[in-house]
Amino acid sequence: MAVIRDVMPVFELYQPASIDDAIKLLDKHGADALVLAGGLDSMDWLKDRLKKPKAVVDLGAIKELKGVKELNGGLEIGAMTPLTEVVKHPMVRDKFSLLMEAAELVASPQIRNQGTIGGNVSQDTRCWYYRGGWTCYRAGGNICYADTPTAVNREHAIFDADRCVAVNPSDTAPALLALDASMVIRGPKGERIVPAEEYWIGPGIDITRMNVLAPNEILTAIRIPSTMAGAQFYFEKVRDRQVWDFPLVNVASAMVVSGDKIDKIRLVVNAVAATPRRLKNVETAVVGKTRNEETADMAGKMAVEGAQTLRHNAYKVPLMRNLVKRAIRGGAGATWTS
Amino acid sequence: MDLLRWGRSPWGEWVLTHVSWSLFWASLFAGVLFFVAHASYMLFSAHRKRTSAETDALEAQFKNLPPKIERHNLSARLFHWIMAAAMFVLLFTAFLPIAGVKFAWVQWHWIAGLVLIASILFHIVHATFFLDFWSIWVGPKDIPELKAEMLREFGHDVPGPKSGKYPLGNRLYHLAIVFAGLGASITGALMIPRIRTGLVARNPYYLSDATWGITYVTHGLAGVGLVGLVIAHVYFAVRPEKWWITKSMILGFITRRQYLEHHEPSRWPVEAKSSDAKSAGRA
Repeated sequence: MAVIRDVMPVFELYQPASIDDAIKLLDKHGADALVLAGGLDSMDWLKDRLKKPKAVVDLGAIKELKGVKELNGGLEIGAMTPLTEVVKHPMVRDKFSLLMEAAELVASPQIRNQGTIGGNVSQDTRCWYYRGGWTCYRAGGNICYADTPTAVNREHAIFDADRCVAVNPSDTAPALLALDASMVIRGPKGERIVPAEEYWIGPGIDITRMNVLAPNEILTAIRIPSTMAGAQFYFEKVRDRQVWDFPLVNVASAMVVSGDKIDKIRLVVNAVAATPRRLKNVETAVVGKTRNEETADMAGKMAVEGAQTLRHNAYKVPLMRNLVKRAIRGGAGATWTS
Repeated sequence: MDLLRWGRSPWGEWVLTHVSWSLFWASLFAGVLFFVAHASYMLFSAHRKRTSAETDALEAQFKNLPPKIERHNLSARLFHWIMAAAMFVLLFTAFLPIAGVKFAWVQWHWIAGLVLIASILFHIVHATFFLDFWSIWVGPKDIPELKAEMLREFGHDVPGPKSGKYPLGNRLYHLAIVFAGLGASITGALMIPRIRTGLVARNPYYLSDATWGITYVTHGLAGVGLVGLVIAHVYFAVRPEKWWITKSMILGFITRRQYLEHHEPSRWPVEAKSSDAKSAGRA
């Protein structure tokens, strides 16, 4: 089990001033390096002494990784932009308020001041067995302690478990996926742009990673196209306490409506699987339909088809069903069913 | 290089978790090195079949043998190819992700594993009750053949015994594949309740952490061993002088001449065409 200590293990701290320098360092140290963005996830790992990197590459001094700018009617957000800055940016508030809502619900004001959008979308899972230092599948072992008959698995996956049942805990990730964002990644071989849908990877593909970033790559920016600018947005996060907590389930939707008819929609739920879960079957089913209680009810039921619950997380099924229902219906005044 | 990987159990004990995947690269390298070395050697080595004159004499002696001699019946061939397909799926799904090709491999792996286990069970029953069970095993009786083969490898013209139904190398390979295949299959079967298959209730705790460690290490060692063994098998299957054996695994038979060139009729008796004719090996 992890024992939190005040003194972190010894490592070399590098503070490069450019992306190229950062990549050179990561390429040199490979898997022995840890990338430090806001540090809110990384410091826990270091203090728990569960990760003992030889080198820590702090991206905080790289100016080109910070800031929000307009790009072809959309936005490009530097990966090291603090969440507070994302929340306050006028274009985010005007055209992509879904991201504003999601970012504003992350943790606490202090954490949003320090935490970055790149760190928020790339953070590791919160499975407490894994973070407790147990040698589970995700930590390179051969068992998932959260998926046993006696496990405490209230926060874990109801979809796409493949040996590991950990979930993605990000709030901004589903919003960015609903906004059809792309991730700009730089590595020794140059730049590559990955659609958000392909950025996060589940345990079936790689059980030790949450996203496609190789050890010598960094996420430099997130691009949001104008496709969903100004659409009708809905974001809701359910958590145990109303501040400084990770989602039990959250939902993000971006919808284009003509009159009462749904013309276009991107609908994403997170914290139910190891990757943000885009509900394509629901999107297809509701397009062309009237935005009303009946459509919302159908969408909610469809959304949870195929869910496989664990010992303590069956509540996530009605929770997700109702969140999807509310996202389709929009506005307030939802009634809960279970 | 650590050959084994260890982890800490919830009770603070150090337990085995896996073999080091460096062993996969070692096995792959050993397999490739073997075929390069063997192929180089074979460039300068004569084929070890009987001379034409000797074979002609045998043909005259055993002229009543059928022109096509069954080497593998349909069941045996079906088993072989189903097992081969399952083995390839197992190896590719196990090791491609380690080599960097990422895909959802677990479902393919356990399904192929079940196919392999089913085919092995079939093979055990089939070989025990319907085939000549002992023809594939090696024992003290094979020492003269081993001695003759070794002398031939060193360039001596040795008239000594030829092989029975299966050449000595074939039987030694079978022995190795029995250990590696059963090691991988038995440990793989034990792992089925660890994953979501829908076939059995999940229960990862029915063995202790330490026993699971040994299970995973055995599975890993057998798996990396199979990489080298399969490379060697495929290599021999495609070698020109062995092609007649490979062909027999497809068509089921060899010709009378191939039988007399490569085998010892007394060690692999074959029935003649009619009951009054002399059978090979039973003269």
